[in-house]
Amino acid sequence: MNHDMQPQTRSKKPVLSIKELSVDFKTERGLLQALRRISIDIPSQQIVGLVGESGCGKSTVINSILKLLPNNALIKNGRIELQGEDVLTMSQAQLRATRGKRVSVIFQDPMTSLNPALSIGRQMTNIQYRDQLSKSEKRQRAADMLTRVGIPDAEKRLRSYPHQFSGGMLQRIAIAMALLMQPALLIADEPTTALDATLQIQIIELLKTLQKEFRCSVLFVSHHLGLVADFCDQVVVMYAGEIVESGSVRDIFHRGSHPYTKRLLECDPARIKTKTRVLPTIPGSIPDLVNLSDSCIFNDRCLIKQNNCPQTVAPLMELTTGHFVRCYLNQEGESE
Amino acid sequence: MKSLLEIEEIKIRFRTKGVVKALLDRDKDPYIEAVCGASLSIKQGETFSLVGESGAGKTTLARSIIGLVTPCQGRIRYQGKDLLGLNDKSFKPLRREIAMMFQDPVGCLSPRLCVRAIITEPFRIHGVPVSNMEKEAIKLLDMVGLPASFLGSYPYQLSGGQARRVGMARALALSPKLIIADEPTAGLDVSIQGEILNLMYRLQKELNISFLIITHNLAVVRHTSDRMAIMYLGRFVETGPTDEIFEHPGHPYTRVLLSSSPEPDPDAPRNRVMPIGEIPSLINRPTGCEFHTRCQLAEDRCRRESPPQQIVGPGHHLTCFKSK
Repeated sequence: MNHDMQPQTRSKKPVLSIKELSVDFKTERGLLQALRRISIDIPSQQIVGLVGESGCGKSTVINSILKLLPNNALIKNGRIELQGEDVLTMSQAQLRATRGKRVSVIFQDPMTSLNPALSIGRQMTNIQYRDQLSKSEKRQRAADMLTRVGIPDAEKRLRSYPHQFSGGMLQRIAIAMALLMQPALLIADEPTTALDATLQIQIIELLKTLQKEFRCSVLFVSHHLGLVADFCDQVVVMYAGEIVESGSVRDIFHRGSHPYTKRLLECDPARIKTKTRVLPTIPGSIPDLVNLSDSCIFNDRCLIKQNNCPQTVAPLMELTTGHFVRCYLNQEGESE
Repeated sequence: MKSLLEIEEIKIRFRTKGVVKALLDRDKDPYIEAVCGASLSIKQGETFSLVGESGAGKTTLARSIIGLVTPCQGRIRYQGKDLLGLNDKSFKPLRREIAMMFQDPVGCLSPRLCVRAIITEPFRIHGVPVSNMEKEAIKLLDMVGLPASFLGSYPYQLSGGQARRVGMARALALSPKLIIADEPTAGLDVSIQGEILNLMYRLQKELNISFLIITHNLAVVRHTSDRMAIMYLGRFVETGPTDEIFEHPGHPYTRVLLSSSPEPDPDAPRNRVMPIGEIPSLINRPTGCEFHTRCQLAEDRCRRESPPQQIVGPGHHLTCFKSK
């Protein structure tokens, strides 16, 4: 059970390594500390899930990786290394060579991520602008890719426009486009949220097959815990701009140690087997990121906190190899 | 217990072609049937859930109850009174008793009105005399767990969960007997989803309200509903008590839906019934059993004949040849 990470993948250098990243946003009320000391490693050919509720900073992480942060963002600290190169110090030309080629993204809503005015074929050949291939070769490559993601009659469908496809088909096309340039890292930003349950599971199965075929790493951002448990090798749990826990998928789902992780898992009605009319919730709301106190970020809402919890941010603790948690309660080995 | 709402064999169709075009090619049907032959009944204080993919006709069915679309066949009876064929004037008093929470929590609130105006609008529309509007507004917000400081807020200042609560406060304003909740938790985080569902349950116990919940989240249905119906292409393929359906899902489509919501456990058994493809278009309905194009059990008979409704347990009906 503990062998969910193969030894050879672990020793390899990570494809993406985010180190101590802190990002602030300048707002009218002052600096909003959106991300604080975020460190994530995405090992080669692994699927890393990023979970957390809305407002926890998942999108800011993605935008930082692509360096697409808005103008009022301030990168206070940290490095983002993509295959050893720091993304944050790249020039515009280098970034252009990176986005879409080495890192590509599948967005949440396929209806709005494709251009409605251009045919699918046109869009799929356009993104191959870096390659010195003839037009017909590029078209052929696009058609092959569409067949691979399960679109029948691909050659013909290249002439269709986005509005002629259903939502599930469009998401398949978006996946085809993201993988066309064989990126080292694929970021899937809530790729199934806009789809029906029956399609969600089909898209996840498709991503699983393609990930093995293309040998890419995946950062899977979702708040659907069931899909994360099904799809990911490792999981990172974020809360209010901080990583509260990270580890292998079984560390998190079977041995989750942070009070927030535990509570989040308890809240998912899919996990509750016996019928209950009153569902568990997390009372309170996320703290104001402009006026942060020095204490533990989850202090206000924590149900098992103790009075002797120090009034400072807890350090990240390694419970077992690769399983990190930011909580004082685990320090003297009480819960393990 | 007496039924509060009864729907019998209603059909709702939409025109897909203009009148001229329909006259020109007469052999083709100019209508699509969004709901065809659905029947249900909801008792006082009961929660009934409608489940299905988008395009199944759930919302259309719900809208027909409050008269926002007109069925072309069937009956809708509320407390024994026929709702079809009522004109606007005689429908209006009934709208006090049947309230709706719409799908888009922020979109259904007028961006130009503050929360105070939004939740007291029903009183003004229905001419209900209220001595102290401010007090009433605070009472309504309190019922849905929001502090009075929200009275002056505008919809853009609310989060998704808060907007839902305001929508619920508006629905509660005239003390309805039946609330239709269209996707009450879509787009909410799990912890807030729990708060909204708990709130609905608390209000149901206190005020004996009936709920008709429309959702595609089966985990929600399991914990909130007494009975449920699974809808596919405008028909009910399976109806029955919630516990019974979760324990013995009979229709292949129900089993597909159940296995489409994976449990948050990496080692959970995955005896998955993989769904095939997507929901077909209503313009070209499949022949025979309409689910046969996506069903793994389909055989020749399913392609030719449409299966009759059969009773498999107390109040548990389904339409499938292959179930015993």
